[in-house]
Amino acid sequence: MKVSRRGFLQGTAATAAGLVIGFYVPQKARAAGPPKPVAPPPNAFLRIGTDDSVTVMIAHSEMGQGIWTGLAMLIAEELDCDWSKVRSEHAPAAPAYAHTGFGMQMTGGSTSTHSEFERYRTVGAQAKDMLVRAAAAKWKVAPGACRAEKGVITSGKNSAKFGELASAAMTLVPPAKVKLKDPKEWKIIGKPTRRIDTPEKITGKAQFGIDVSFPGLHTAVVARPPAFGAKLVKFDPAAALKVPGVVQVVPAGNGVAVVAKHFWAAKLGRDALVVEWSKPEGGGLDSAKQLADFREMAQKPGAIAVDKGKVEAALGAAKTKFTAVFDVPYLAHAPMEPLGATVKIDGDAVEIWTGTQMQTGEQMAAAMIAGTKPEKVTIHTPFLGGGFGRRATPTSDFVSEAVLIAKAAKLPVKTVWTREDDIRGGYYRPSYVHRVQVGVDANGFPTAWDHVIVGQSIGAGTPFEAFLVHKGIDHTSIEGVPESPYIQKATDVRVSLHSPRTPVPVLWWRSVGNTHTAFVMESIIDDLAAGANKDPLEYRLALLKGAPRHAAALKLAAEKAGWGTKPANGRARGLAVHESFGSIVAEVAEVSLDKGKIRVHAVTCAVDCGTAVNPLAVEAQVQGSVVYGLTAALYGKLTLQGGAVQESNFHDYPVLRMYEMPKVAVHIVPSNAKMGGIGEPATAPIAPAVANAVFALTKRRLRTLPLQLP
Amino acid sequence: MKLDINGQVREVDAPPEMPLLWVLRDIVGLTGTKFGCGMAQCGACTVHLDGKPVRACVTPVSSVGARKVTTIEGVSSDGSHPVQRAWAEADVVQCGYCQSGQIMTAVALLNKNAQPSDEDIDAAMSGNICRCGTYQRVREAIHLASRLTRGGK
Repeated sequence: MKVSRRGFLQGTAATAAGLVIGFYVPQKARAAGPPKPVAPPPNAFLRIGTDDSVTVMIAHSEMGQGIWTGLAMLIAEELDCDWSKVRSEHAPAAPAYAHTGFGMQMTGGSTSTHSEFERYRTVGAQAKDMLVRAAAAKWKVAPGACRAEKGVITSGKNSAKFGELASAAMTLVPPAKVKLKDPKEWKIIGKPTRRIDTPEKITGKAQFGIDVSFPGLHTAVVARPPAFGAKLVKFDPAAALKVPGVVQVVPAGNGVAVVAKHFWAAKLGRDALVVEWSKPEGGGLDSAKQLADFREMAQKPGAIAVDKGKVEAALGAAKTKFTAVFDVPYLAHAPMEPLGATVKIDGDAVEIWTGTQMQTGEQMAAAMIAGTKPEKVTIHTPFLGGGFGRRATPTSDFVSEAVLIAKAAKLPVKTVWTREDDIRGGYYRPSYVHRVQVGVDANGFPTAWDHVIVGQSIGAGTPFEAFLVHKGIDHTSIEGVPESPYIQKATDVRVSLHSPRTPVPVLWWRSVGNTHTAFVMESIIDDLAAGANKDPLEYRLALLKGAPRHAAALKLAAEKAGWGTKPANGRARGLAVHESFGSIVAEVAEVSLDKGKIRVHAVTCAVDCGTAVNPLAVEAQVQGSVVYGLTAALYGKLTLQGGAVQESNFHDYPVLRMYEMPKVAVHIVPSNAKMGGIGEPATAPIAPAVANAVFALTKRRLRTLPLQLP
Repeated sequence: MKLDINGQVREVDAPPEMPLLWVLRDIVGLTGTKFGCGMAQCGACTVHLDGKPVRACVTPVSSVGARKVTTIEGVSSDGSHPVQRAWAEADVVQCGYCQSGQIMTAVALLNKNAQPSDEDIDAAMSGNICRCGTYQRVREAIHLASRLTRGGK
């Protein structure tokens, strides 16, 4: 990205003429008189150029999920514009673009579509109303006599393109209230729609954070602590400074940055740097010891999340008791684009280009470090080369670091993390242990359920603690257990949580707590079905009588997967269904064993996400989530020794590749339910679906992720 | 040294051991070729040398010599190459970061094998990682590109 201040302003100015729609508060707008037709206000969501172009400002980060397309579809639906003239841009960081539910500008929790469903459609409807009134005034007819279609307004013999009307429309007061279309009238919402950002992404023109470049920009590669808990003691920059192209070596928080003319010099400089680090207190974290400690903790209840009936007495009285312990390891997100940020400080003005999921947080953190006001910090969001949660750090880790370096070096600086930096840099899906005791009735159905969860809180110790942690319970640690439809009829239920603290930074990882709770719940249910000598589908359906959406999704996936028919020789099927982020996804996996290694041949998914705005995007997100979840199910594992992560790159932190890609079929359940998310919910069911298939094939129950046969 | 990049010969001033990837990105200014791992594990940096796919992150610039370098920018800037058209038709991309490398590997595969089987695709494409999980549509797009090329469309 060749960036100049002029370039950015030019881009805006070129389309400034015409109609710009923000979110005016209608009463205020009236009191103040009509808004002046000026350059786009900082709360613009839509610009209609005199050239008929329709530019949608996207308040959420495009990280692959297709939000540039989905939110543009919402505006286009109500605007009745020509879809071929629509383009999207990331909005700058400004209060107007705050998440409608979270109050800050961010992308996460699979919320981008449903949280914007009203707002973006309303903008489209407002703009159409103004264009129609402009046309009506021009032709001296009633607005009701005009109609808009594909970017043209007609009334009798009169017709005008949006571009011709845009400037006149801009002088009108936006309507206080608009009537949105009835779903029956939708022409775009619900139709499979190809992505709006494909042209630049297939020609190498798409600009990601790592692509930012402008005269005078330097690249920094940072030496960070080799172990969690280690501290910077001292460093000798001499050898690094001898590398041609290296211009400065500066401390940056608990690290040392080598600033150079380009990445390669910075990387060689960092390799040459001599740094002394302290040993982590207590020798540093060891994964094996942590697992033993967590298992020990799981023997006793922790902070109580659910306490119904008298679970201990009920378990004692139960005829058949079933106990199981599960564990899952730390996981890195490993987005394809390594982390980094570009920072330019000019007096009290700070300009930042970075692929972030949390613009407001980065803005505040940068302002604090640079000693300026948040509104003086401009955040440009290029495309994100994957996010999966890693680019939504409440501590603004990778942006804060870049601001510290730019400040210390007194130069515009772009940080580039290597893959090793990313894998070893923390902010992982936490490791967890679950211990579950179930008492079952004569039919094999659960009546008593005692569930202990042990694992680090994502929210504790962050600015989000008050929002996420209540009475010692971080909901992201347990989500998927208390609300499981399988245990709603049990008379005695206890769910409790231990949240030990460690020096390892942890974070949400695509589908967050569900990554482990779905694995545990669906594995146990499968065991209980086997114990009751019942078919896994029939057993689940019997428990899901009060959960019709779960049952419908499960039935559809099972039917499409050929459940009940015999799979090919050497193969078996397993299923799972899980609700997360307001959507329900059922998956059936068909597996075989190849020299002891699990091969997944086919995954059949049924998803109920309420209204599917773009079915093509829903399919892509479900396919992608299955791949992401399958990588974790088959391979994902970070190992710590002495506080240091042993894995470093894709050779020892492997991810699913083309030759292992199962055929993934995605079926959307027609649904009028409240709209849910789609970026994450299909991630969690795949691990238990595969584990259950392995059980069907081998009668071996795998309770550790990644799944490995002994 | 001189480098022939996308049909244009350029004079490049770079240390001989500097990987071609960083010469392209940081010196020549062609940023379509991506950095993903730095050790030929992910394929995001795939470019062609005389039509053969190589990982630019482990290719010292001094080893390129007179061979012709083709990057994603040289495939077509308007998306008109059959592989790019197939990619658009199949709606392959998600975040898009790995797609330059995916497309470069697919173009090389189809140049060598106009009608690849699924097994051929597995063998050729397994060096290209996609964390968004676009593999299924990549496979569809390669079959589609094969039809587009053979159909002369």
